[in-house]
Amino acid sequence: MDQFYGIFLYVISLLTMGGIYAILALGLNIQWGFTGLFNAGIAGFFAIGAYVSAILTTAPSARHLGGFEVPYVVSFLVAMIVSGIIAWGVGKVCLKLRADYLAIATIGIAEIFRLILKNETWATNGPRGVSMIPKPFESLPEPWNQLAFLGLILATVVVIYFLLETARRSPWGRVMTAIRENEKSAMAAGKDIEKFRMEAFVVGCMLMALAGAFIAHYLKFIGPNATDPMTSTFLVWVMLVVGGSANNKGAILGAFLMWTIWSASEILTSRLPDELAIRTAYIRIFLIGLALQIFLQRYPKGIFPEVRPKPERRVNPAETPASR
Amino acid sequence: MSVLELDAVVGGYGDTQILHGVSMKVDPGEIVVIIGPNGAGKSTAMKAVFGLLNLSSGKVSLDGEDITNMPPEQVVRHGVCYVPQTSNIFPSLTVEENLEMGAFVREDDFQPRLRELYEVFPPLAEKRRQTAGTLSGGQRQMVAMAKAMMLEPKILLLDEPTAGLSPKYRGEIFSIVKTVNATGTPILMVEQNAKQALKIANRGYVLVDGKNKFEGSGQSLLDDPEVAEMFLGGGAAA
Amino acid sequence: MIEFLNFYLIPGLVLGSIYALGAIGITLTFSILRFANFAHGETMLLGVYITWSLVQFSGLHPLIVLPVAAMLTVLAVLFIDRAFYKPFRTSPTIMVVIASFGMMLMIRSVVQFIWGVQLKGMTQGIQRPMVFFDSLRISPKHVMIISATIVLMLAVHYLLSRTKIGKAMRAMSDSPELAKLTGIDTEKVVRMTWIVGGTLATAAGVFLAIDTHIDTNMGFKMLLPMFAAAILGGIGRPFGAVAGGLIIGVVEEISSYPWIGTEPLLNPGYKAGVAFAIMIAMLLWRPSGLFKGKVF
Repeated sequence: MDQFYGIFLYVISLLTMGGIYAILALGLNIQWGFTGLFNAGIAGFFAIGAYVSAILTTAPSARHLGGFEVPYVVSFLVAMIVSGIIAWGVGKVCLKLRADYLAIATIGIAEIFRLILKNETWATNGPRGVSMIPKPFESLPEPWNQLAFLGLILATVVVIYFLLETARRSPWGRVMTAIRENEKSAMAAGKDIEKFRMEAFVVGCMLMALAGAFIAHYLKFIGPNATDPMTSTFLVWVMLVVGGSANNKGAILGAFLMWTIWSASEILTSRLPDELAIRTAYIRIFLIGLALQIFLQRYPKGIFPEVRPKPERRVNPAETPASR
Repeated sequence: MSVLELDAVVGGYGDTQILHGVSMKVDPGEIVVIIGPNGAGKSTAMKAVFGLLNLSSGKVSLDGEDITNMPPEQVVRHGVCYVPQTSNIFPSLTVEENLEMGAFVREDDFQPRLRELYEVFPPLAEKRRQTAGTLSGGQRQMVAMAKAMMLEPKILLLDEPTAGLSPKYRGEIFSIVKTVNATGTPILMVEQNAKQALKIANRGYVLVDGKNKFEGSGQSLLDDPEVAEMFLGGGAAA
Repeated sequence: MIEFLNFYLIPGLVLGSIYALGAIGITLTFSILRFANFAHGETMLLGVYITWSLVQFSGLHPLIVLPVAAMLTVLAVLFIDRAFYKPFRTSPTIMVVIASFGMMLMIRSVVQFIWGVQLKGMTQGIQRPMVFFDSLRISPKHVMIISATIVLMLAVHYLLSRTKIGKAMRAMSDSPELAKLTGIDTEKVVRMTWIVGGTLATAAGVFLAIDTHIDTNMGFKMLLPMFAAAILGGIGRPFGAVAGGLIIGVVEEISSYPWIGTEPLLNPGYKAGVAFAIMIAMLLWRPSGLFKGKVF
């Protein structure tokens, strides 16, 4: 019985983390899938959201900034707004240049934020991170608190999904596709490309911050490891590419699928002897990277290919979002 | 035998067909001009020779050898040189380096050829150490042509060499084309300034909607009232 | 003043030389293959660990095994190009940026798997600095790094301005399409670009390892300063990248000099952010860089 209960709790945690990653993947999908923007610093926006929400909600502590104890709704909103403002600044500098520059700048933002976390110990408690972060529903008994939190995450994913689907089918979404596919004709049609790109970039980064806020409250702890490019940025890219860029269902499916593989493979390798377990961890990263490369080359459309909102549009099989 | 021959060439980019059966030929020593309205497929016909678009039917032959759908880098090695309309020089290289790049596929010593071309294009000899990007429009065209001539090609393809140049330079370019041709290289050229081009041409083709419309000697096309009315009106001002 | 030279300016020039060597590879790949290579820092990392193994195996000085290590690194990079980048030659360049981004983590995980993550040293023992004019102290390793960098830069200059393949590299960086139409063997140019980039990256990494130590994060830490140096100098301008690298190295070091009062002007913990700040300022003010490079 205990064993089943353990598996039950594991599945809940798998779905919770999968759901949080789904929010990240949906955020990246707005940027890359729909608009063709390369964000290489997901980890940065994710960590900004996590720290902002954590600091705003924790009880006073001598080790870090805190004691504001605001409601979750407020802390989530502030986390998203802070991330959005930073994204706007980055976008202002880079969005008129080619995608490579945005990639470099976003990786830089993540790096700068890591420096801030490390150096401003009065606010962030440095490498030891912020702990004792309150968690929504934690007063409920086990396992209802876990289930309620999962419910919150899944409900958020569903709401975001429907909002994005509505946006995608709206004129706004069609302009996005037009920009991604043919910048010149969109420009000729009098569309302010930079403005549309900016909107996509900022909204995407806000969602990433929301996911960061969720993870801080879920784990009740956040440390500078959150800025690790492997566990956040890279994994999210693999999720989106495998699931199917420019398809919101694909982004969600990719997130759950890749998180399950990632987490299950960790359980497998952790059973190995210590020295070997540490080394096989690197093989896991390598294999995930290889999966990304194989999908990019062989199945650029992912598991769920893009579905065009306008049926009358000529669909050329060679024209996948990822091949652009 | 013709140096270059296009036989009922059909093709375009992706799914879009632009050429619907174009035939033309260039004989040794000739200057042949392609004219026609915008979107008639003039430049496309030239790109068809150079392997820059997929031909669904028809045949391109060089000295009797089939070069249909051969990739550009192979076409160059077979002795066809192509000067695109825009970005046809390496702006950050010097004039001499541009010419050296023109000779990239040559295994032998290209220095004698370089000296020959400096005689044909004296202004280039003078500016050989200058960065090509700093030259005037007309001089850039000279570099582009000289660069193509480094290979001593069997035929030279020019895509609107006078586009965007002032009338003064236009005349200069046409006289350079004649000079190059006088060294024995046949030339196939697409031109907007139809009247001036036909004056120096041995023969001309008029393309409309991706098909041959008229053909004949340069003079006969100039004299043809229908051609004159359709295409030479604008050229009269030039 | 002499303290400024000994502890700020000279280390800055050393670090700048290392950035400069790395940035040449970045700027060449960016302008010839037309993409920002995120795996360049990890190329450096791979080169460092290969050198370390060769040093352990042979007992020779790192500089002596460097050519062999560079060759092995270049072979790895050429394999990576063939397997992971070449399939995207005709695709939009962003695809190959993603592929290189993936490569970044793949190379690092291979290094971590083979060599482990413990700190290592490239050379043992402490060297006594050479003293000039009684007070100017330069450690021999710094003299070696700066002079080796100068030699490598002269070699790059010779290659790009005197050899046929070097000129073809510059031509392709001007216009890949025209290079093809001209009959330039573009794949050969691409190979040469990887050879130059891989060799210089190995050298830069080894110099950094000699100056400090070896760890598996050193490649990633170099990435941002190298991009910044390439953008500062102007994309496609190898000597701009050198200037950019030197400027960023020196500014990073002197940013923590107590210019005002006795406290460092900038908390040394933020040194790594200097490159980013310079890069953003450059993108705002003049994306083509100091030496009129390309803007894509």
